[in-house]
Amino acid sequence: MRVPYSWLREYCDPGIGSGELAERLAMTGTEVERVGTIGPPSAEGFVVGKVLSAEPHPNADRLRVCTVDTGDGQRTIVCGAPNVAAGQTVPVALPGATLPGGHKIGMAKLRGVESAGMICAASELGLGEGPEGILVLDDDRSGAPYPPYEGTKRTGSLVPGTPLAEVLPIAEPVLELEVTPNRVDCFGVYGVAREVHAISAAPLAPEPWAEDAPAEGGGEVGDYASVAVEVPDLCPRFTARVFTDVAIAASPAWLQARLTAAGQRPINNVVDITNYVMLLTAQPLHAFDLDKVPGGALTVRAASEGEKMKTLDDVERTFDAETVLVCDSNGPSGIAGIMGGQVSEVSEQTTSVLLEVATWNGTNILRTSRMLSLRSEASSRFEKQLHPELCMRAQRIASKLIVELCGARLVPGTIDVAAEIPEPRQLTLRGERVEGLLGMVIEQADQVAYLERLGFAAKPSGNDLEVTVPADRHYDVTREVDLIEEVGRVHGLDQHLPSTLPAVAGRVGGLTREQRLRRRAEDTMRDLGFDEVVGWSFTDPGEPGRLRIPADDPRANGVVLSNPLSEDQSVMRTTLLGSLLDIAQRNLARGADRISIFESGRVYLPSGPTGLKTEDMSVLSPVGPLFGGFAGDREAPEFEPHRIGSLAVGPLVAKSWRGGGEPADFFALKGGLEGLAGQLGVELSADSIEEPFLHPGRSAQVNVAGQPAGWIGELHPLVCRAWDLEAAVAFEIDLAVLLAASQAGEETFEDVTTFPAVYQDLAVVVPTEVAAARLRETVLAAGGDLLYAAEVFDLYEGEQLGEGKKSLALRLEFRAADRTLTDEEVVAQRAAIEAELTKIGGSLRG
Amino acid sequence: MLERIEEIRVEAAAAIEAAAGTAELEELRVRYLGRKAELTTILRGIAELPTEERGKVGGGANKARKALEEMLESRAQTLDAGELESRLASDRVDVTLPGAPPRPLGHTHLITRTTRQIEDVMVGLGYRVMEGPEVEHDYYNFTALNHPPGHPARMLQDTFYVQSDPEVLLRTHTSPVQTRSMEAQPPPIFMIAPGKVYRRDSDATHSPMFHQVEGLAIGEGVTLADLQGTLDEMLRAIFGGARKARMRPHFFPFTEPSVEFDVSCFQCEGSGALADGERCNLCKGIGWIEVGGAGMVDPNVLGFVESNGYDPERVQGFAFGMGVERIAMLRHGVPDLRRFFDNDVRVLEQFS
Repeated sequence: MRVPYSWLREYCDPGIGSGELAERLAMTGTEVERVGTIGPPSAEGFVVGKVLSAEPHPNADRLRVCTVDTGDGQRTIVCGAPNVAAGQTVPVALPGATLPGGHKIGMAKLRGVESAGMICAASELGLGEGPEGILVLDDDRSGAPYPPYEGTKRTGSLVPGTPLAEVLPIAEPVLELEVTPNRVDCFGVYGVAREVHAISAAPLAPEPWAEDAPAEGGGEVGDYASVAVEVPDLCPRFTARVFTDVAIAASPAWLQARLTAAGQRPINNVVDITNYVMLLTAQPLHAFDLDKVPGGALTVRAASEGEKMKTLDDVERTFDAETVLVCDSNGPSGIAGIMGGQVSEVSEQTTSVLLEVATWNGTNILRTSRMLSLRSEASSRFEKQLHPELCMRAQRIASKLIVELCGARLVPGTIDVAAEIPEPRQLTLRGERVEGLLGMVIEQADQVAYLERLGFAAKPSGNDLEVTVPADRHYDVTREVDLIEEVGRVHGLDQHLPSTLPAVAGRVGGLTREQRLRRRAEDTMRDLGFDEVVGWSFTDPGEPGRLRIPADDPRANGVVLSNPLSEDQSVMRTTLLGSLLDIAQRNLARGADRISIFESGRVYLPSGPTGLKTEDMSVLSPVGPLFGGFAGDREAPEFEPHRIGSLAVGPLVAKSWRGGGEPADFFALKGGLEGLAGQLGVELSADSIEEPFLHPGRSAQVNVAGQPAGWIGELHPLVCRAWDLEAAVAFEIDLAVLLAASQAGEETFEDVTTFPAVYQDLAVVVPTEVAAARLRETVLAAGGDLLYAAEVFDLYEGEQLGEGKKSLALRLEFRAADRTLTDEEVVAQRAAIEAELTKIGGSLRG
Repeated sequence: MLERIEEIRVEAAAAIEAAAGTAELEELRVRYLGRKAELTTILRGIAELPTEERGKVGGGANKARKALEEMLESRAQTLDAGELESRLASDRVDVTLPGAPPRPLGHTHLITRTTRQIEDVMVGLGYRVMEGPEVEHDYYNFTALNHPPGHPARMLQDTFYVQSDPEVLLRTHTSPVQTRSMEAQPPPIFMIAPGKVYRRDSDATHSPMFHQVEGLAIGEGVTLADLQGTLDEMLRAIFGGARKARMRPHFFPFTEPSVEFDVSCFQCEGSGALADGERCNLCKGIGWIEVGGAGMVDPNVLGFVESNGYDPERVQGFAFGMGVERIAMLRHGVPDLRRFFDNDVRVLEQFS
């Protein structure tokens, strides 16, 4: 909402600069985006001049060489306007002045004649289209084309050299307000003036709609027009007036200037008046050329599905059954509250006008405007719900202006089709609630003053107030709490509100164990050398294909958005792997020589009977937010498990002159994963699996306490190729599964210091297909209570062992908590282990 | 016998003096002072000598032994020092070669770091951390936050909807966690809810995905002044000790009164001007920087959870929300919101 300061001050002049006012407005709830200016950025260099002579240019037919008195002497100015003539008083931009748009006036030679300035047209001063050619000012201010306004000289003839800003509204400040959607009253200048009155206590001019136009037209409005409203719930009020003898012309300069300053393009006097009144009152109006409305009969009805009409912007629009139309007997002539149609548009030939001022259902207007992707100044006001009371305010102001400015005659009477007009709202404001909610005291007298300045009626009743809400605020202020906001903000939060902390006992802050362990997991990954990334939750529908995930896999059937910004971001990710690969690819393309990254974030899987949710969640406990179990009565619509994913490309540690630099392989990343698990107090196991995106021989399902928790593996070469990678290794783990098994923080003391352990190495030859984990489990089971630990520390495969054999070396640690073990005890356990090993085809290596 | 002792001493002394290394010295120690050495044998045999000779021979032998031990010790020290010297000399390396690369340390993403910082401040003020789904019911994202269907405020945040269900969307703010938390826990409640949110918007200051932190404090007698104090504490902790919070009245459907809150500019100390008199570029000369939105929770919002003890006549409180990226951008001079999701490792590694 652009509010020219001069217009605002006509109704309420706070007596402070525009910048200071902007700050006060911001601090009381009306954001001022910026304070601009009308026309030129500065009034500097613009003066009143008197044309002493205007002679033909020696070298150009269309130019005149003028001698102009600009107060500081006479100067020669070359002018191209056909209407320039000796004796005129004109606006002059002297060298050094800056025109709207930034062009700076300098000394210029025009076809061989030096010109020391520029005689300006209205448009060149940002005052609207104005009359053709240069703007001619009247000498006598009483007949000036612009009404005098605050701060300018009101009387006296225009002496050459007078600063132009004293005569014309140039370089006047314009407040660009960001009005919040609840304050539809501030979508009109008078509403803003009332707000300024409320916060500054400066006097407010009487309501501009107090006076109506004389109705001197012939007959009665019913003789000319009729209105039928078929949808009263969508059109609570429809008023219409008729004007005859309308002379369509350009608006007077002051009106053009004002509209231009407010950001509207002047069109003709009738249309400009409707826009002007809307800008003043927030109530939009629409003018019909009555002669183009057959029989003057209008019907407000719902559109039929697929009905079409060409709007004023020359676009054919198609409607649905919820669109409300204003129709004549031939069909639609306007979309209610949004935009008029071309059929009955006011034109230069128009002589009689039907002026519609209506109230529409805001929700319906908003819906239709979004459906049509068509927003207008009118719809942006109607969609916030206007009060039916506003209709006649606008009718009255507009009638006066049409009569005054268009030579028209107002036909007596107003067509007024109204459903029930709501009674003014009555509210009680309890004194103790004001302090109780805000935490600051506002004296009752102040509360009354603030509310009355805002247009409310407030009557004290003990400590409380009985308050009547004005029509402008009817839909905004509906409860006591809304009144508390009003008195609070006018009182001034920045000046009066104390700074305290809640005095509520018995609250204890903290992170849950899950949240603390998630941090630990993230920190561990970081400490293991991985950079944390935050990937997009969205992906493109082709990602599962690039990951070779088959179409019937739940991971190929992610949550699809109905209105994505682009195809690339149209599906929610079902794995972290895609975004990790995207990030790796981008970094490698930018010259990174190795990548080791991780992400801690969610994936999004459709729930329901075929989804993973029911099945997976039933086996796990506890089920916290990390596994999609969120607080609240309604379950989350989709399953959102929190995962840790990691990806490495190239070496984990850079190559140096001492060696190293081997690209990370399965075991390099598995070491990282084991480190992560170790920090979380979790023991992992891994089983070979086939995942479509992993190398079939170098991939594993990661299990925690018998539950599948995720996968790890080298990526399938075809997947690598799809992301332009040579090779990569990755894992992805459901954090909740990990944490459900976590012993972190629950450890109990074991005495490993009082009695020494016995360490022995064991080299076992087994068939190649026997997994190291199986061998270790066998050894641990056979070793009994005394075998404290067994770790694989070497692998040998070679000719000596023969085809299909491998040798694994384990380090065994025997200990007892209550004694030093004897050799005999250890020998016995070792024999038991040997016996068990033979059952899996193993033998001790001699 | 005494002569023999002297001979041994002289011979041994000469040998010790001539020894070239500690290993040779050790051999000499064994030869002259070891278990089978002549001097040792003499000393062992003293008891068998005539009584009158015992004193002399014993004294002489012991004296010789002690002298040799001292010589050995002193010679050993000399040789040892020399040997160490030459060993050290031969151990010399080219110290200008680069060090072995350490296993690189990773980096925490700036969003995580900033979120944790806010969490820690609020935990210290007695808040718990709640989480909610990102794919959310319209009910929690709008309806229960006092955005009835058709309300213009619904359109303020352009929303992503899910194809399979028109009532399901990507949450446009972390505020749905307010209602979820109040359904799960009767008052008093003091919680914050960090997380991802989504809006259909993309430019240097808008990303279709970004992060917010929500705060909610409901109890008996929690006031707007308490919000001021809480924001003061929070912003001081995030932006530095001398900062202040400023609240400007605003409009949100789910709070009443509603405010936007600013922090006093930490570059120009709130003056709007830099030391050299230039306009502060961070706050654009205003002295304040917008951080987020807040307000007293609207009674209508409490009405949705009234059955769980949230009677608007009995309990009240405030809520606030702010963008994590915005805070990180302000604190660390990140110029473009989209940089956070670009994940360029050269950028990630600037923040440890």
